[in-house]
Amino acid sequence: MPRRSDIHKILILGSGPIVIGQAAEFDYSGVQACKVLREEGYEIVLVNSNPATIMTDPEFADATYIEPLLPGPVAQVIERERPDALLATLGGQTGLNIAKALHDDGTLERFDVELIGAKYEAIACAEDRELFAARMASVGLRTPTSAIATSVAQARGALSDVGLPCIVRPAFTLGGRGGGIARTAEEFEKVVALGIEVSPIGQVLLDESVLGWGEFELEVMRDGADNVVIVCSIENVDPMGVHTGDSVTVAPQQTLTDRLYQRVRDQAIAVIRAVGVETGGSNVQFAVDPRSEEILVIEMNPRVSRSSALASKATGFPIAKIAARLAVGYRLDEIDNDITGVTPACFEPAIDYVVVKWPRFAFEKFPGVDPTLSTHMKSVGEAMAIGRTFQQAFAKALRSRELDKPPCLAGASDEALLASLDTPGPARFETTLELLGRGVSVDAVHERTLSALFAPWTRARRSSPRAPPTTTPAGSGRRAVSPPRTRCGAASASRS
Amino acid sequence: MAEATGYVLLEDGTCFEGEFCSLDGHAVGEVVFTTGMSGYQESMTDPSYAGQLIAFTYPHIGNYGVSARAMESERPWARAAIMREGCNREDAPSAEGGWLDWLSERGVMWISGVDTRALVRHIRHAGAMRGGVFPAALPQAQARALIDAEPPMAGHDLAALVTPTQVSRHGSGGGPRIAVLDTGIKASMVRELAARGARVSLHPCRSPASELLAEEPDAVFLANGPGDPAALGYVVETVRELVGKKPVWGICLGHQLLCRALGLDTFKLPFGHRGANHPVKDLQTGRVEITSQNHGFAAVGPDGGRTIEQDEPVRWETDFGAASLSHVNLYDRTVEGLELLDVPGGTVQYHPEAGPGPHDSLYLFDRFLERIAAA
Repeated sequence: MPRRSDIHKILILGSGPIVIGQAAEFDYSGVQACKVLREEGYEIVLVNSNPATIMTDPEFADATYIEPLLPGPVAQVIERERPDALLATLGGQTGLNIAKALHDDGTLERFDVELIGAKYEAIACAEDRELFAARMASVGLRTPTSAIATSVAQARGALSDVGLPCIVRPAFTLGGRGGGIARTAEEFEKVVALGIEVSPIGQVLLDESVLGWGEFELEVMRDGADNVVIVCSIENVDPMGVHTGDSVTVAPQQTLTDRLYQRVRDQAIAVIRAVGVETGGSNVQFAVDPRSEEILVIEMNPRVSRSSALASKATGFPIAKIAARLAVGYRLDEIDNDITGVTPACFEPAIDYVVVKWPRFAFEKFPGVDPTLSTHMKSVGEAMAIGRTFQQAFAKALRSRELDKPPCLAGASDEALLASLDTPGPARFETTLELLGRGVSVDAVHERTLSALFAPWTRARRSSPRAPPTTTPAGSGRRAVSPPRTRCGAASASRS
Repeated sequence: MAEATGYVLLEDGTCFEGEFCSLDGHAVGEVVFTTGMSGYQESMTDPSYAGQLIAFTYPHIGNYGVSARAMESERPWARAAIMREGCNREDAPSAEGGWLDWLSERGVMWISGVDTRALVRHIRHAGAMRGGVFPAALPQAQARALIDAEPPMAGHDLAALVTPTQVSRHGSGGGPRIAVLDTGIKASMVRELAARGARVSLHPCRSPASELLAEEPDAVFLANGPGDPAALGYVVETVRELVGKKPVWGICLGHQLLCRALGLDTFKLPFGHRGANHPVKDLQTGRVEITSQNHGFAAVGPDGGRTIEQDEPVRWETDFGAASLSHVNLYDRTVEGLELLDVPGGTVQYHPEAGPGPHDSLYLFDRFLERIAAA
């Protein structure tokens, strides 16, 4: 399929102000899209409220509107410019939300504007948890199970769905007071009864526990002919429960066997087809239990995401550029691979290096904010590093954060430091390194952090002999899985 | 890197240092590279790697240990693993043992801490060649002599090394009977066939056609395997006796053997296709599959050319009627598959069974069995 000639003018939405969770990555993707679509001869209209972005420089669009990114003002731009198509998948969640609103209020239909990239149905499906879970179930994929109960009997009924261990959270209590993890049926009844009692509305939420599972993301591209490629796999060094934006992440994935990784890959492809993203990139997140080899689909973003900027830089596969070309009709095998110049973009990058991303926190600038890391993103930026090994990339990214003041841990006791790891915080890896430096055992640290990746790697490195390692370079090999108290739930959304 | 205790030496004299597994062992053979980022155990046990030393482009190898389920045959066939950073990880969640321990226990040489990027760039530039891994104590002159004593890959019949000595049977379904000319079949292929109900018999590759036909099979399958297809004239003769009598399907070396049976020549690729990310275009549907690959030789097109420039299924006449190209590699536009049009038969050069690699092409096994049913 060649370039579409039935559309001429395309409206692109930026993502507006820089906020936590939506930063320069969308400026990057928007600029890429503007550039290639103009190269393709389309007239580009751009709306973005943030004048400090590159994309609002005059040379990137034929008409640039610095207007609030709200359905009303964008509708006015549509009325005035009469674009043929709206490409909303490059402006982060803001872009998708506006596209959805403009569809719902009839603006797109009234001015005959076609949504390209992700269609309304796909956006709606990825957005709506119930719809998404149902769609996943229809193609045989699992999402984390959850239920609501107002009595012990009702909870008991839901237990067969949710399973044990189960995370019980009383509704509307401060800090989840009165909740907990139930590992046995007796515990379950007890925790549920207590939870219902302390909840002001007598209600508990039951979530399937994915405690200590690994979190993985796949960047998927699909074209109009249904060719699908995985650009990059990303593994979160933090276990499930820490928002992927706050997590230290590594690409490609490090710990899954080929057999298990290929199953995750199959599911990522099934997800993009089931949600119905016709063309472009999507980010699909999974929780994987490497012991039982169970895979849960956590969520998918039918758009260019923060992770896609990382995946592009990590692999050299320009996701935003290619997504823009796919949106106007090209197939993946018709687009040149920028790196080789002679092979098509329809391939999966194989890299011979490791990429690590570190979040950059700035809690010192937000006095009073709880620095505990959870499912709401709190980092203000990130640093990425490329190395020939995980250790090298990890250390480079760690140093690249340019902290004003490194965390001061020297005065704290081993016990205090270990205890601090129960709750993931911004200094968790510095703490880990400090403890290991003091000679605390890797297993003791692993038990607190639950990271599938960091502890084993540290172990391999620390005990790696200089002489030829004819025997195992690893430690005792104990699998620490006893879960700490605070790393709960986690199944709930982490938008990226 | 820790102190160098060994080295990789290529036949052109290029040398790379590393940490070697043994004080007195060594391995020689063809040094090839794979770009797969996972699936190291599957690769080592794939009989197609017989006679070869595998350099892994991905730096961390061993991350998730080893397990029985990742075996593609009874034993490792590759002679050595050349790695940037090998690790054991016997404590990984699904591991039944450590990777480096597993290699050492099976007498497979390994070397870690090697600048594999430089090594692979050299092979890409100069071509796959003979080489070896040696302990530091062994003088290079002796190592050179060992390498020179190894026969070159071109013209080498390695199938004879990996083929079974007697017939074995697999699968208990009520599905079709499939007789395999076993030039080194991977367990994944047998598994995919058996999972679809097929009853599979594996025959030594020197078996005459009459032996396979005596099985009264519903189809004949030509397996993958190591070495140069041009050295397997005796298998090609057997294939010529089977085509037209029974539906024939081949993978990898099996594809090359059927191509030779049809009169298409085969040639040695400069550095081969080994990895899990090769795009292959289906010329009939225009769809692209990401495929697993492991081959050092390839078949020419019907016009004798090494690449296929057209994007449509080229047809030509063979001794067995009309044939058409079905698949092309989008990296270097070499032949990736063909279909026989007048008698039931077809092949692919890539590995639809994965193990390791993506599952995009598993449907080919369904299609094979459907065609047997229709034949």
